[in-house]
Amino acid sequence: MASIQDIQQDIIEEFDMFDQWMDKYEHIIDLGKSLPLIDPQHKVKDNLIKGCQSQVWLHAQQQGHKVIYTADSDAIMTKGIIALLVRTFSGQSASDIVEADTDFINQIGLKEQLSPTRANGLVSMVKQMKLYALAFQSKN
Amino acid sequence: MLDIQHIRQQFPTLHQEVNGYPLVYLDNGATTHKPQVVIDAISHYYQKQNANIHRGVHFLSQQATDAYEASRETLRQHINAEYLHEIIFTKGNTESINLVANGYRSLLKKGDEILVSNLEHHSNIVPWQMLCEQTKSTLKVIPMDERGVLDMEAYKQLLSEHTKVVAVNHISNALGTINPIQQMIRWAHEKGAVVMVDGAQAGPHCAIDVRELDADFYCISGHKAYGPTGVGVLYGKEHLLKQLPPYQGGGEMIATVSFEQTTYADLPHKFEAGTPNIAGGIAFKVAIDWLNDLGLEKVAQHEQAILTYATDELLKIDGMRIVGQAPHKTAVISFLVGHTHPYDIGVILDKQGIAVRTGHHCAQPIMDNFGIPGTIRASLAVYNNEQDIDRLVKGVKKAQQMLS
Repeated sequence: MASIQDIQQDIIEEFDMFDQWMDKYEHIIDLGKSLPLIDPQHKVKDNLIKGCQSQVWLHAQQQGHKVIYTADSDAIMTKGIIALLVRTFSGQSASDIVEADTDFINQIGLKEQLSPTRANGLVSMVKQMKLYALAFQSKN
Repeated sequence: MLDIQHIRQQFPTLHQEVNGYPLVYLDNGATTHKPQVVIDAISHYYQKQNANIHRGVHFLSQQATDAYEASRETLRQHINAEYLHEIIFTKGNTESINLVANGYRSLLKKGDEILVSNLEHHSNIVPWQMLCEQTKSTLKVIPMDERGVLDMEAYKQLLSEHTKVVAVNHISNALGTINPIQQMIRWAHEKGAVVMVDGAQAGPHCAIDVRELDADFYCISGHKAYGPTGVGVLYGKEHLLKQLPPYQGGGEMIATVSFEQTTYADLPHKFEAGTPNIAGGIAFKVAIDWLNDLGLEKVAQHEQAILTYATDELLKIDGMRIVGQAPHKTAVISFLVGHTHPYDIGVILDKQGIAVRTGHHCAQPIMDNFGIPGTIRASLAVYNNEQDIDRLVKGVKKAQQMLS
């Protein structure tokens, strides 16, 4: 499997194709629509990350040394960003996830989506993804 | 008729590009922009007047004190309070409400009841919840109907001799509903309860007469009425303010201090501990004068015309649902489009240079009541015009197309 850095680089190149914000946003919306849905049994209160703007459900499980994430949101833009985060982190080793950064979101010009002022649950989601990885790592 | 073009020219922040588009600002319920005269007043204070107030014999201190106190007098006239000392400067409505709620800690007991309306935003709910926890009194909620209108029959039923405080907003920030507060106050008084009116959204939109309303407490906020942030005014009837203990201790609010005992200053200083937001207080007057020079009636008329235009135009969009359809409402349109999430619409509007608010508008119980995650809210100010609405409508259509 490609490394987190490689996947992030791919995403940056993918977004480089778009000159207009509209095309970029349409791509994010498409990604949001194609995100595999979280298993309904995991779409529960315990997995809910509440935001002021939109809500996020995040589930993590361990498969060997890898961490598998599934997630969902009620807002499609948020879902699109989630799709990018899941693509980057899901299937990676817990230690790699703990070490990784999310600067690629800035680089593709969607910095504001991860801004704490948006209070859309995404910032908390990134934190939660890392916390899961950390917990799995210390268990190993 | 107001010359809206001329008014717009007085607001420097309105004339900028956002994401490559000329800014359309429709988030006035959160805060309004400031006319040049208000910005000048703040800068004038720091350039020419800067001194602490109420405590210096020197020239600058006297000048600053006079300007600050002149603001108190302007605010008194503006809301038609009887006495100058009934006007308390605070840092805004949240502090005003907390000041009153905190004051009632020593006056309430177990079994007493506080009524808030379903239309309140968090700052007119949470302080009362905290008060209930502290005094073992009970919080009760005045329900509303599907239009966002308070159920007055239910209110009547809820009122009893146990009711000690009723806390209600004059105008709802989330839906724009104008509440029949005069009647609500009359009914509360018949049961011996006091009424705290949150006038945050009324301040910039309509004339306020606390004596005609017979309000016990009424608060307005500077920054929502073309003034600076960090300053607001709490009005309270003299005898009620005298009843309340001080809110914070410190300088300014004392008469004498010794380590054995401190005696408190008279109204209004009893509630104004520490150095206040002097520049803000002074500029607040300038904002109110500016607004009154335009004429609140003309302002309300213009905003009503834009509200009607916006409602008509937005309703032409497929799947448009306007949340809050009270017959008496002002300056706010909360809406949803088909099954799209308000956040998605808001993000795409922002990319088109259009500023609206999305989410629950710090009034989560309202959204829970309607069973929705939130709304998109366009809230108006006097500088908004039909072109702003046209841009909004076009922007929403674009968002809808992108999200479909």
